[in-house]
Amino acid sequence: MIGEIDPTIINLTVFVLAVFVGYHVVWNVTPALHTPLMSVTNAISGIILVGAMLAAGPAETDWGVWLGAAAVTLAAINVFGGFLVTQRMLEMFRKKDKKGS
Amino acid sequence: MSANTVALAYLIASVFFILALKGLSSPLSARRGNLFGIVGMVIAVITTLTITKNWALIIVCIALGGAIGAVVARRVQMTAMPELVAFMHSLVGLAAVFIAIAAVNNPASFGLPETLPMGSKLELFLGTFIGAMTWSGSVIAFLKLSGRMSGAPITFGGQHRVNLAMAIIMIGFGLWFFFSATTNWTAFATMTAIAFVLGFLIIIPIGGADMPVVISMLNSYSGWAAAGIGFSLGNPMLIIAGSLVGSSGAILSYIMCKAMNRPFLSVILGGFGSEGGAAVAGDGTQKTYRSGSADDAAFIMGNADSVIIVPGYGLAVARAQHAVKELAEMLHKKGVNVRFAIHPVAGRMPGHMNVLLAEAEIPYEQVLEMDEINSDFSNTDVVLVLGANDVVNPAANVPGSPIYGMPILDAYKARTVMVVKRSMAAGYAGLDNDLFYMDKTMMIFGDAKKVVEDMVKAL
Repeated sequence: MIGEIDPTIINLTVFVLAVFVGYHVVWNVTPALHTPLMSVTNAISGIILVGAMLAAGPAETDWGVWLGAAAVTLAAINVFGGFLVTQRMLEMFRKKDKKGS
Repeated sequence: MSANTVALAYLIASVFFILALKGLSSPLSARRGNLFGIVGMVIAVITTLTITKNWALIIVCIALGGAIGAVVARRVQMTAMPELVAFMHSLVGLAAVFIAIAAVNNPASFGLPETLPMGSKLELFLGTFIGAMTWSGSVIAFLKLSGRMSGAPITFGGQHRVNLAMAIIMIGFGLWFFFSATTNWTAFATMTAIAFVLGFLIIIPIGGADMPVVISMLNSYSGWAAAGIGFSLGNPMLIIAGSLVGSSGAILSYIMCKAMNRPFLSVILGGFGSEGGAAVAGDGTQKTYRSGSADDAAFIMGNADSVIIVPGYGLAVARAQHAVKELAEMLHKKGVNVRFAIHPVAGRMPGHMNVLLAEAEIPYEQVLEMDEINSDFSNTDVVLVLGANDVVNPAANVPGSPIYGMPILDAYKARTVMVVKRSMAAGYAGLDNDLFYMDKTMMIFGDAKKVVEDMVKAL
């Protein structure tokens, strides 16, 4: 029976459940960390890198591959930039006793 | 790797992404959360490498992009975080468009049938137009935030009708693409072009003060764009990661709108205060206020028991966060209880003030959110307002005021109020602030950084 289901329906199921998970997880984020939240979600939306890699993947090189390669570069900026700047910000959130370390 | 192994690896990566966001519930677990995010991304990328060819090209591109990203992340000033975030949103949007075009060009590389089924066409249409709007909208947001373009709303007659007409035309071309038997490049390209223009048009009427909403909204869009591409490629990991980002941005937009007491739609449709806020600003009567010097202020604060500092965007502009830290330390040494009160929309993006104070090494226990500290103002000796205006305007409690109902920091309840400001000019809402004319208020005019440094010297 599961084989008869259109993959789009399964994707839709995943999507709806993921939105619920996102909703609950994000409400628990402390407001003080909303900027790091934004930069880390920026890095995570760089997951589009996976799609870009597939676009750049085919062995026969046509212009689509080059477009994919450009997308890989853009997404990689996001992934590296996003995680590193989040790391940099989070390093700044210190407790009093560790101050100035 | 078999398709099943790949899917399982993607599942593991998805779980890591959820853990990454979960970590941000406290500053203690946040760094571990970020690490989880990185692990998830590494798993996702390595897994994908096993199912693609052109390794050399892909790795070179990742290295190039990674190097750029690393340099930008290292160099960016904390005051410029909003610009950086807007810039990064634009990249996701553009990448989504590129991927969608590549998928239309060569569906086989994504495991799609050579003639695209209708479902895939619909998904590609969604991914492309959200991506295109994210890109152009973010570019405008970036230009406005970095001051390369005026933050003032750009409006013209019939704006909403033009936008609506364009949206309808875009959907028309989308349908044409959708129902064409072969790949209809004309329809696809036209639709994409309109989506780009629409992104520009939607963001230009939104004013500088609404940027925290815009930037959260674009954050949300960039997530939905990634999820849209996930649908096209039938990749649940992209859908999950995209949805997490999408809902995160949506929640942040909601929080920002609530903190400004502005309906989301009216922010999106643009022009702060265009409903008559400007008229209220000049009600004519010359009110008197008391001004003082930094030395006077330092003396009063030095003798107080408790001081609450309310930082606003003026502090960020003047890059005064390090001077403020010194001030707080000096007062602390004198036995004054110093705390910081942060309004949700202080700064140019959600949580911006917290990051600036953290950068100046102010311990986060001293930094409190509006709900945590509002009841303490009435038994506080001195409130020092640094470059904030609308968020401490008691007019929010007066029915009929344009900002009526907006949650504010109750600075006016403190025994003494000190306001550091460059001039008596109104804030973004275009409103006069009664707080400045109260008997217990002392205005200190000047650049926030200069004034705070003078206070430190006087102490």
